[in-house]
Amino acid sequence: MTTANPVKVRNQRPAQSWFTPARVGIYAFLLMSAVFFLLPLYVMVVTSLKPMDEIRLGQIFALPSKPTLEAWGIAWSSACTGLECTGIQVGFWNSLKIVIPSAILSIFVGALNGYALAYWRRPWAGVFFGILLLGAFIPYQVHMYPLVRGLSMMGLFSTLPAIVLVHTIFGMPVMTLLFRNYYASLPEELVKAARIDGGGFWRIFFQLMIPMSTPIIIVAVIMQVTGIWNDFLLGLVFAGRENLPMTVQLNNIINTTTGERLYNVNMAATILTSSVPLFIYLISGRWFVRGIAAGAVKG
Amino acid sequence: MATHSPPSPRRGKRQNWAVNFALMPMAVTVLLCYLGTVLWSIVVSMTSSKTFPNTNFVGLTQYEKLFTTDRWWLSLHNMALFGVIFVVACLVLGFFLAVFIDQKVRGEGIFRTIFLYPYAMSFVATGLVWQWMLNPGLGLQEAVRQLGFPNFEFDWIISQDKVMYAIALAAVWQSAGLVMALLLAGLRGVDEEIWKAARIDGIPVWRVYMSIVVPMIAPSIATATVLLSLGVIKVFDVVVSMTGGGPGIASEVPAKFIMDYLFNRANIGLASAASVVLLLTVLALLLPWLYAKNRMEKNNSKGH
Repeated sequence: MTTANPVKVRNQRPAQSWFTPARVGIYAFLLMSAVFFLLPLYVMVVTSLKPMDEIRLGQIFALPSKPTLEAWGIAWSSACTGLECTGIQVGFWNSLKIVIPSAILSIFVGALNGYALAYWRRPWAGVFFGILLLGAFIPYQVHMYPLVRGLSMMGLFSTLPAIVLVHTIFGMPVMTLLFRNYYASLPEELVKAARIDGGGFWRIFFQLMIPMSTPIIIVAVIMQVTGIWNDFLLGLVFAGRENLPMTVQLNNIINTTTGERLYNVNMAATILTSSVPLFIYLISGRWFVRGIAAGAVKG
Repeated sequence: MATHSPPSPRRGKRQNWAVNFALMPMAVTVLLCYLGTVLWSIVVSMTSSKTFPNTNFVGLTQYEKLFTTDRWWLSLHNMALFGVIFVVACLVLGFFLAVFIDQKVRGEGIFRTIFLYPYAMSFVATGLVWQWMLNPGLGLQEAVRQLGFPNFEFDWIISQDKVMYAIALAAVWQSAGLVMALLLAGLRGVDEEIWKAARIDGIPVWRVYMSIVVPMIAPSIATATVLLSLGVIKVFDVVVSMTGGGPGIASEVPAKFIMDYLFNRANIGLASAASVVLLLTVLALLLPWLYAKNRMEKNNSKGH
């Protein structure tokens, strides 16, 4: 239950006088830390704006003397991801094709599980839920090969449905927990009243629970979209060459190139790949933190 | 259970059926995808499977082979080294960030945003950025040398002995903000009365933190530690993107070892044995934590 609590952001510390050595120390520490955290972002941006002959000078922190967006264009539409040279855009669209159905499906299944577990208790369901939660912590490698075999037998391996299914399976523990905790925090009278009024299992779910779930659905969307977008391992194994997500193609652009490395293109591609989760983070702010706190049970 | 009694028996049966049907995906997932695959891995780890799984039972031979493989030992050693640095550094840095941000600083929101944004980035992107920064010829090292320190050395990423430190550096950059967010939530839950009382008694702030606040936020610290430790066992993306396991095999980690033997080196038996070892490691980490958590929750609910 504690996991779904919003993070309190109100500061309760006593106010202190302004200019003391302690205050200066606090700000010095925070500013130095901020430099450490921002440095890679700065380096990514300036590198992506430099032409290669400027990069060869080895002045990684210098501002570009003639900023150009050329590298961004190459990264997007003509960088080579292995044998093909069609840029990171292919990965971008693949990632979208993977993220949208995976997020919808895993959130739907999580909400349904959470609802059933919270209000319609089945003795066996608790045991399954316990195992499911434990499963959330196990490294994917343990499940990987048997799943590959299973999906091959079904003729799904290396297809879009395969990767969507795999994301749904591995998203199920934390999504179920998220929704179960949320529903358990709602007053039980609500569902009781609906049942007395003759509402059935599905009707209560679709007409009462789903409309009441907006806040937790937002958290779930943030968690799943960023998590699935940032996934590398599952996409690498299950998606198949036609559907490689952006993260895998990004790694291919950078780590399989022969000849001179185009660092400006590499950095532009990295920014492009990170832009979706960063955008979500920047617009969702506290919801993102809430999602982290809720996802803290997962690995 | 009486409160859940359905209006009429026939209707109740239909509802039961609906609940069972709704939970079917979970049941199938648990049985096939979690329990089934683990069982499968255990069985295969005791066979002589190479490219394809077979049923030739060989007992614990694969485990013996695994633990006489230098590469496996190296990967375990790397995981342990990385793990200690990563977990300790994330906890220390995250704790200080949380405590300092919690001092009514100006621009708190901006600082929080800056410290946490790397966590939104994938480990692949993180690894690639740091690979670039740590590039000895063109990155940080060269930039500092040009500032007038021609002997400055920062070549961890190409050094067999120090490459794990380089990976840990990137991973700490990515995850320290997570610890900050978790601990900050814990700190904000500390009652203000405690601070008032401590101030009246003239207890120095650092004493209050060490003796009162840290024990109070111990659950948050424990959660962060478990999360980070599980991240250590799963570490894969950042190694692949940053060094590809190199130089040589100097930054090999267990998760990558398994992937290599499953898909490139066609030794499924050995890879499965390695994955079972990884599974046991996770359970050894997890069960004490879950047990403690469970007991605490039981005690709490008794209090109500």
